[in-house]
Amino acid sequence: MKSKVLTVEHLNVAVEDRTLIKDLSFSVYGGALTCVTGENGVGKTTLVKALLKCKRHSTKQVHFLVRPDEVQYVPQFRNVDDDYPLKIKDFVSLSLQNSFLPWLTKSEKNRIQKVLEMTKLTEIENEPLGRASGGQKQRAYLAQALVTDPKLLILDETTASLDKESRIYLLQVVVDIIKRTGAAVMFITHDPELIRRFGDYNLEIANHHGVMHEVKGDQASC
Amino acid sequence: MLEYAFMRYGFIASFFISILCGFMGVFVVSRRTSFFTHTLSEIGFAGAAFGLFIGTSPVIGMLIFTILSSLMIGTVGNKVSRRESSISVFSGLFIGLGILFLSLANTQSSYATNILFGSIVGIGVNDLKTLITLSVIIIIAILLIYRRLKYNSFDGTGSHFNAGYDTAISIIFLILLASTVSVTAQIVGSLLIFALLTIPASAAKFFVHNVWGMIFLTFIFSLVGTWAGLYFSYITDWPVSFFIAAIESAFYLVAISYDRLKNHD
Ligand SMILES: Nc1ncnc2c1ncn2[C@@H]1O[C@H](COP(=O)(O)OP(=O)(O)O)[C@@H](O)[C@H]1O
Ligand SMILES: [Mg+2]
Repeated sequence: MKSKVLTVEHLNVAVEDRTLIKDLSFSVYGGALTCVTGENGVGKTTLVKALLKCKRHSTKQVHFLVRPDEVQYVPQFRNVDDDYPLKIKDFVSLSLQNSFLPWLTKSEKNRIQKVLEMTKLTEIENEPLGRASGGQKQRAYLAQALVTDPKLLILDETTASLDKESRIYLLQVVVDIIKRTGAAVMFITHDPELIRRFGDYNLEIANHHGVMHEVKGDQASC
Repeated sequence: MLEYAFMRYGFIASFFISILCGFMGVFVVSRRTSFFTHTLSEIGFAGAAFGLFIGTSPVIGMLIFTILSSLMIGTVGNKVSRRESSISVFSGLFIGLGILFLSLANTQSSYATNILFGSIVGIGVNDLKTLITLSVIIIIAILLIYRRLKYNSFDGTGSHFNAGYDTAISIIFLILLASTVSVTAQIVGSLLIFALLTIPASAAKFFVHNVWGMIFLTFIFSLVGTWAGLYFSYITDWPVSFFIAAIESAFYLVAISYDRLKNHD
């Protein structure tokens, strides 16, 4: 039972007047991990940004089948330096925007605790995010997206700066979430091993064109 | 000391200014708009002089200038406003414009310089009323947009992609900031307001790591600094703004020393 959360049809992706990707069509399904791959600079991030612009108002080319607040994007770059003051758990709570209350409700607090456990951040939840390691920061970014219970989660090179162990750990968390909640995940990456091991689909972008195919899983062998 | 009305008013005014600085300062610092806040003082000075020049009240001129520049920064983008060179250019330009308007207006120039160097001592009942009204408005406005402002201020990138009306939130905040600077500058001088909007909040973030905690501690730092400043000024007859600036700076030095000790041993 796979539900579509996003369809893209005949989309051209451009920056300024340079076309990066031509005539791109693909769909993203719930309960599956869709990898997006391609050389640096082919326009993966630009594609995602173009998609997000249509989150509120679907167009002929980009059609979202989920509400705007059910989509979470974890950007490739973030302004979090060593001085960043907020505790990890307070950073995670920032994305909770479905209420106007200036304080967190009981159920929101429970939700935060659950997500911190899932991402193994409970032990350091009271540390300032600025002091966290690279892997912990990425897990905090992931947790901030997860706390909203998204139907579509877009990860932009979230594992790029991590060592092998942390990459696999992070992806395992993501795959767990997919199984448990049926969320759809778009995962921009360069890592062939992660694609082989965890991916369901792979959207490969090269020569200004994108093709999507199913990944022959070898999960059994891992 | 409290038998004098001007001292009582000073203490009461300090309380409300500290509330304002608690609520606004934390966001000013987390958004890295300290530089812009400083420029706002000079823009405000030019605006006040312009108000005198065209014959309306200085506060109107000040509000027009500061709100227009906030709109400009909010729409054209923050990047420009953070670049140090453009800050110097703006500061220079607006101080120059202020001096020009003052000389053209040719009246009451002491009033406009008061806007830069005013003092918390010697304010009246009406000033107090204005301050209380402003505090209430700012607190209500911030509480109404609290979650959105928090996201936008503490995770600008995340908020930009994942929350709607992001630019609107930035602009609302800058307008609140412009109004705070303009109104309080009439009463205590914009240089003091600049110090109180930036230094206590910069110190507080080294001690507490959640937003409400930072708001509260910023309020405390600001209140202790202004009240102690008033007291020392009363017994020494030195300018109160000096004591306030010195005490707040001391808080900041203690904060960074504390941070060094905690994280480097
Ligand atoms: N705002 C922009 N203005 C001009 N060029 C841009 C902008 N953003 C990205 N580019 C260019 O578009 C191309 C694709 O960038 P990007 O989507 O970030 O690539 P990827 O994420 O696949 O590595 C690059 O050549 C980059 O230099
Ligand atoms: Mg990219």
